[in-house]
Amino acid sequence: MQTLRTDVAIIGGGGAGLRAAMAAADTDPQLQVLVISKVYPMRSHTVAAEGGSAGVVGEDDSLDRHFADTVSGGDWLCDQDVVRYFVEHAAEEMYQLERWGCPWSRRPNGEINVRRFGGMSQPRTWFAADKTGFHMLHTLFQTSLKYPSISRLDEHQALDLVTSNGRVAGVVVYNQRDGYPVFVEAGAVVMATGGAGRVYAQNTNGSIVTGDGMAMAYRAGAPLRDMEFVQFHPTGLPGSGILITEGCRGEGGVLLNKDGYRYLQDYGLGPETPIGSPQNKYMELGPRDRLSQAFWHEQQAGRTISTPQGEAVHLDLRHLGRKYLEERLPMICHLAEQYVGIDPARDPIPVRPAVHYMNGGIETDVTTATSVPGLFAVGECASSGLHGANRLGSNSLAELVVLGKVAGQQAAALAAEDPVGASSSLRQEAQDIAATYLVMMGRGTEAPARIRRELGEALESGVGIFRTGDDMAATARTVRELKERYTQVQVVDTCPVYNTDWASTIELGAMLDVADVIVHSALRRQESRGSHTRLDGFTSRDDERFLAHTRAHFRASGVPEISYHPVTITTMPPAQRAYGAAGKTADAAAAPRNTEDQGAAQ
Amino acid sequence: MTESSHGHPGAGASAADGVQPVGATAEQPEPRPRRDGAAAGPEAGGTITLQVLRYRPDREDAPYLQDFEVPWRTETSVLDALTWVKDNLEPSLTFRWSCRMAICGSCGFMLNGEPKLGCESFVRDYAPGPLRIEPLANHAVERDLVVDLEPFMASLRAVQPYVISDDRHPVPEPGNRQTPEQMVAYGQYSQCINCMLCYAACPQVGLATDFLGPAAVTLAVRYNKDSRDHGADSRLPILDNEGGIWPCTFVGACSTVCPKGVDPAAAIQQAKGATAQAWAAEFILPHRGEGR
Repeated sequence: MQTLRTDVAIIGGGGAGLRAAMAAADTDPQLQVLVISKVYPMRSHTVAAEGGSAGVVGEDDSLDRHFADTVSGGDWLCDQDVVRYFVEHAAEEMYQLERWGCPWSRRPNGEINVRRFGGMSQPRTWFAADKTGFHMLHTLFQTSLKYPSISRLDEHQALDLVTSNGRVAGVVVYNQRDGYPVFVEAGAVVMATGGAGRVYAQNTNGSIVTGDGMAMAYRAGAPLRDMEFVQFHPTGLPGSGILITEGCRGEGGVLLNKDGYRYLQDYGLGPETPIGSPQNKYMELGPRDRLSQAFWHEQQAGRTISTPQGEAVHLDLRHLGRKYLEERLPMICHLAEQYVGIDPARDPIPVRPAVHYMNGGIETDVTTATSVPGLFAVGECASSGLHGANRLGSNSLAELVVLGKVAGQQAAALAAEDPVGASSSLRQEAQDIAATYLVMMGRGTEAPARIRRELGEALESGVGIFRTGDDMAATARTVRELKERYTQVQVVDTCPVYNTDWASTIELGAMLDVADVIVHSALRRQESRGSHTRLDGFTSRDDERFLAHTRAHFRASGVPEISYHPVTITTMPPAQRAYGAAGKTADAAAAPRNTEDQGAAQ
Repeated sequence: MTESSHGHPGAGASAADGVQPVGATAEQPEPRPRRDGAAAGPEAGGTITLQVLRYRPDREDAPYLQDFEVPWRTETSVLDALTWVKDNLEPSLTFRWSCRMAICGSCGFMLNGEPKLGCESFVRDYAPGPLRIEPLANHAVERDLVVDLEPFMASLRAVQPYVISDDRHPVPEPGNRQTPEQMVAYGQYSQCINCMLCYAACPQVGLATDFLGPAAVTLAVRYNKDSRDHGADSRLPILDNEGGIWPCTFVGACSTVCPKGVDPAAAIQQAKGATAQAWAAEFILPHRGEGR
């Protein structure tokens, strides 16, 4: 089997992986850095992020406010040491992107412009029109091309990690273009593979977002943390789930039920703010979990709008006017026109919640280290502790670069200090791993497309916006049954090159592992917090029992092993989480203590 | 689905089992505004024959077209139709796709001979069919609808698509200022999603194999026109080269097919102009007149 040797191997070529690669190369130009991606990097799903990336700038904002918004937004499940590090470094990374050429939207005087975002008390979301992820990704990718020490394996599917005495020593990948497996030996491995939204039937994610890295790390012994916290974005297009950015509401868009009523005022987000005067943390600028829950209640009450693709509410942008829409939200105008035949300057856009983001992931600390030596994780695949039970919009793009840089530096330091030597037993192990996957070609009886469809439906019904013990238990049983059927999964295609039948079946295996963790983590959490909300008696937050991270360990047979570990709380003790008028009072009571406000990072 | 549902290549399998395309429902679709050639209206929908180019390097010496009968509704994109075929008729059918919202640039195909993104082309616009789906023209075919992107990746790297600094122009802390007017100079050139439709449309890409091509030149111009960049001199020899910008004959097909409204033809013209200017300036002015 072909074997390649590198110092730092990065799995995933999205925003986090590319930022990590550049940081590793900057840390030590002597090291070889290898970015492995199942797609060409510019196809990575960072490309689809629209609204923006948070970073405190300007006199009116402060790091303490960003910290407090994030911690309360996460319903106190955030690790506050990580939040503090993040808010302190977010703006400097946005400026780094600026110097690399990212076309951030500007004020008339040429300074950076920022917009409002949900759950944020100040406008602090940097944006590049409504294609922020696209511009960040292309800026990072193009800039990475100037580094001679960074090389890439594009269109290489990662299969599994290889460990030596409990330490990660490399990864087995498959070269889709030429059709053979490759063992990449590495001094350190950074997992940067993104989320797993495709496990749900309705989601905003691209086809590649299948939890591969989460599953690989999980099988290698790293726990997946807080996986029950699945973020539903309140505004996806019905049917397709195509994302309609929160930036629409940041710019002043409003949500209407079938009676044309701004229903959010009935769900603790009021009082109603005047049209054209959006106010941070009120109404449409509440957090994503609350807005998605409000939709569910409106649907139960029969006040949503029936469309051929399911129930929806209206996102009304008409009052913003065509000129402003084309400047700030050009892609949204195009998507609405293309996919629902609507001109947002003339008609409201039908929207509904769709799965968007995994708040949980591979457990790491603030250094991005996982519990498995030699393995780091960053971006959506990781649970750094930043997002808690509900991520605030625009914190994840910033996380990619803030912690991506940390991951690259940490991995480079480890690879330089403690490189794992080549060994014949490792190569044999790599060969065996490749064989277990290759043998799937041309075998089996269970159609993978059908398992995938049933999995998506099961997760929608059992671990959706609202949950009950019975529904979760039923979904847990379905997932077990699907995993059983997967042992006989059918791969018709035997062609060695670009075998996407085989590759997507491997992805389905990862999706089943991730789904299993989501549902079992959810079943055990007998409270409602952030995006995990129950209807069956556990309707409020229970800090006594559940101010704790859920930790799921892989077991070769049976269900995941679930345990809990403490949340790191530094300066902001748990308090009531509230928005709208009620939030004003709560915010005053919950302000961080004993901390120096270092002010804006300008 | 059981094993028997698979493995009928070329059978033009019937869609009578009632399975709907991804994203479609059994309900009546909403009326839509009429488009050019669209079978719009509340009754829009039916089945269409896709004629898809197949080529598996381990099996076939030459590509051929395979027919698939596919159900569609108003909202069914061509990409939805292909994923329906893969999920229900022919798992070995191979094509790239991801975001299905026209931003990742993966799913460019020739649709009835025209380069298009599969995710934002709709079956209704090709009804009653048949619809021929082939890999992007002017590219080597790896397998089925998957083409070789390596030559483009090499061009991309060659044009130095990143901000090149100059010690004479230190970057102010914490970052540069750039007015909205300065952004206009390069803004549209930064919208390229690398979908390769312009390469499929360009008559010169197929003829001059070392031509950098529309997207790569556009990216060079994107950075040349960015007020933060000082790399135009460094990029000049790459552009002003037999395989650089000169093969372009200004047919403009690249700009016509771009799904993002980028105008590569204009970028190439600007590059040609700048190259000629630089060439002239070299004779007349030291340092090309910089610092004047």
